[in-house]
Amino acid sequence: MTLPFTIIAALTIAGAVAAMSLRNLVHCVLALTLAFAGLAGMYLLLGAQFVGFAQILVYIGAIAILTVFAILLTRGTEPDAFLDLPSAWVSNSVIVAAVFGVLVWAVHSSPLSRRTLPPPPQITVRQIGFALMDRFVLPLEVIGLLLTAALIGAVILAMHEKQAAK
Amino acid sequence: MTLAGYLIVAALLFAVGLAGALTRRNAILVLIGIELMLNAANLNLIAFWRYGRSPEALTGVLFVIFSIGVAAAEAAVGLAMIIAIYRHYKTTNLDYIDSMKG
Amino acid sequence: MTETIDQIFVILKHWLVGHVPTAVEPIVSELLSVVPIILLFPLLFALITVMERKGLGRIQNRYGPNRVGPCGILQPIADGIKTLTKENIVPHSADKVVHLLAPLLLVMATFLGYAVLPVGRNMVAANMDAGVLFFFAVGSMTELSVFMAGWSSRNKYSLLGAMRAIAQMISYEVPLILSSVTVIMAAGTLSTVSIVEQQSGYTGIFPHWFVFTPWGFAGFVLFMIAATAESNRSPFDLPEGESELIAGYYTEYSGFKFALFFLAEYLGMMSISGMAITLFLGGWAAPLSFLTWIPSYLWFFGKLFFFIAGFIWIRGTLPRLRMDQLMNFAWKFMLPMALINLVTAGVWRFMPTGILRWLVCSAMVVAPYVLLGRGFMLGKRLEKRTYRFAD
Repeated sequence: MTLPFTIIAALTIAGAVAAMSLRNLVHCVLALTLAFAGLAGMYLLLGAQFVGFAQILVYIGAIAILTVFAILLTRGTEPDAFLDLPSAWVSNSVIVAAVFGVLVWAVHSSPLSRRTLPPPPQITVRQIGFALMDRFVLPLEVIGLLLTAALIGAVILAMHEKQAAK
Repeated sequence: MTLAGYLIVAALLFAVGLAGALTRRNAILVLIGIELMLNAANLNLIAFWRYGRSPEALTGVLFVIFSIGVAAAEAAVGLAMIIAIYRHYKTTNLDYIDSMKG
Repeated sequence: MTETIDQIFVILKHWLVGHVPTAVEPIVSELLSVVPIILLFPLLFALITVMERKGLGRIQNRYGPNRVGPCGILQPIADGIKTLTKENIVPHSADKVVHLLAPLLLVMATFLGYAVLPVGRNMVAANMDAGVLFFFAVGSMTELSVFMAGWSSRNKYSLLGAMRAIAQMISYEVPLILSSVTVIMAAGTLSTVSIVEQQSGYTGIFPHWFVFTPWGFAGFVLFMIAATAESNRSPFDLPEGESELIAGYYTEYSGFKFALFFLAEYLGMMSISGMAITLFLGGWAAPLSFLTWIPSYLWFFGKLFFFIAGFIWIRGTLPRLRMDQLMNFAWKFMLPMALINLVTAGVWRFMPTGILRWLVCSAMVVAPYVLLGRGFMLGKRLEKRTYRFAD
């Protein structure tokens, strides 16, 4: 375990746990941004600079802000109720523990996971751009279409009620 | 540093996100939990790309870029839906949003 | 000789790094890049506050500060002592932790942006491959801290100011990034250092700056408008409009924390001006080929002061916009213009050099500008302002 990895991993997990367990919704989102920032740090550790910065730009700059807006628009700053059925708590813990157990078992039993860090590849943004325009041009177009559809769809969804009220 | 470290962190993130999505009752927090699970998958993709045989192919990186794009679209539509539902039911608690007829 | 003066800070850094043990060499090298930034720009901030107060004073027919030191030049020191000795008041119902973290995060995020600004030849703290993306990524972190400040104060004016600020910053981030994409397309790189290097050549005595092309000029104007909005400067200073929101999201801050917000505002203004210089005005390159003997960093800071003076002039001249005007302007004018400009840059890239290229690209920028402007003015009745009392 290297020191930067340990610190970033601890911050990420702490942020995620706080985001899922705090009472105040705005605090949850602020903790979530910590987890997102930690993930961006992990991408940088792994040598994926472009993805790391895109993560900060999209998740912290857009999704976190959007979530905060949604919370304020839905008066969500009041404390949030957890699930109150004891039986559901039990089944949920069993499901989560099972999923985590299976994942850890898979990681540990695989010979792949003991692979050590290979020398860093020389990846430039230029190469990513060429790949986007060459091999991955179809997914890129599809993403463009999807984002346009999502943009229009979100606007229509959020506006609908207002027009009906008029 | 072995690949296992990153994979365990990703598994933990996934488990935390799943636990949140299952236990919290606020629709926005469920969305956040799903967002966390998606991020755990992204971390896996980047880790496998970096430790893989041919990182020059850039498949993992580009997959994550597309995944971030899809996540942005998902968050925008999801939050717009939550706001629309809130206008109708005056709540974001998923337990009370249970009628199929508007 | 000129070469030595130009590179004097780089040489000094290498000489200092050479004197420490090899184990700590990378850390010392990083520190020597970071510490000057952290020292220099707050110093510039102090200087700019004096410049701004005196300049605004002159514009408004008064003297401005002229009591502390010769010509009031020591005013920032007096201001600094005043803010540092003030009581730190936190509202009773405020969210204490978030209230404290907000100004710290804001200043940290604005400082991070300086890491990729090349202030001189070979003078950049981090030459990243994705430098421009890094700049915008850390820039988007400021929105979150603005929200934290407004929300944690538990004050409706603060929250209103924060919501306005975030709405404005998100709206203007789109044209800001789209107008800088033209430069990235033309330069074929995201690294700030290579963008500047591509502009450092000369044809005859004139430089190859991107601002001297039709798309570059349009992009520069769009970038500067969006930058003014991003740094919450007048005429886009609605989030902190003193007369309606009593300073917006930092209403509930006092003493040192207030000073941090003030510092972050000016640092943000300087860093975004620095980015405009890097993208469009050739960074540290001299404006005419026979002026290259002047050290590169002097050119950068000279251009920076030119921009700051422009910001002060605009603040003293233009009235504040209304919120709907602000949003309409961003989405209905800036965004289409930025997209058209993007296409123009592409056409410019693939047309053969010559007068035809200039004509076509200029028409591609000017025609939509005129049409969009006309379209906006269509429904409005604008007449010459009549003064009932003055004359």
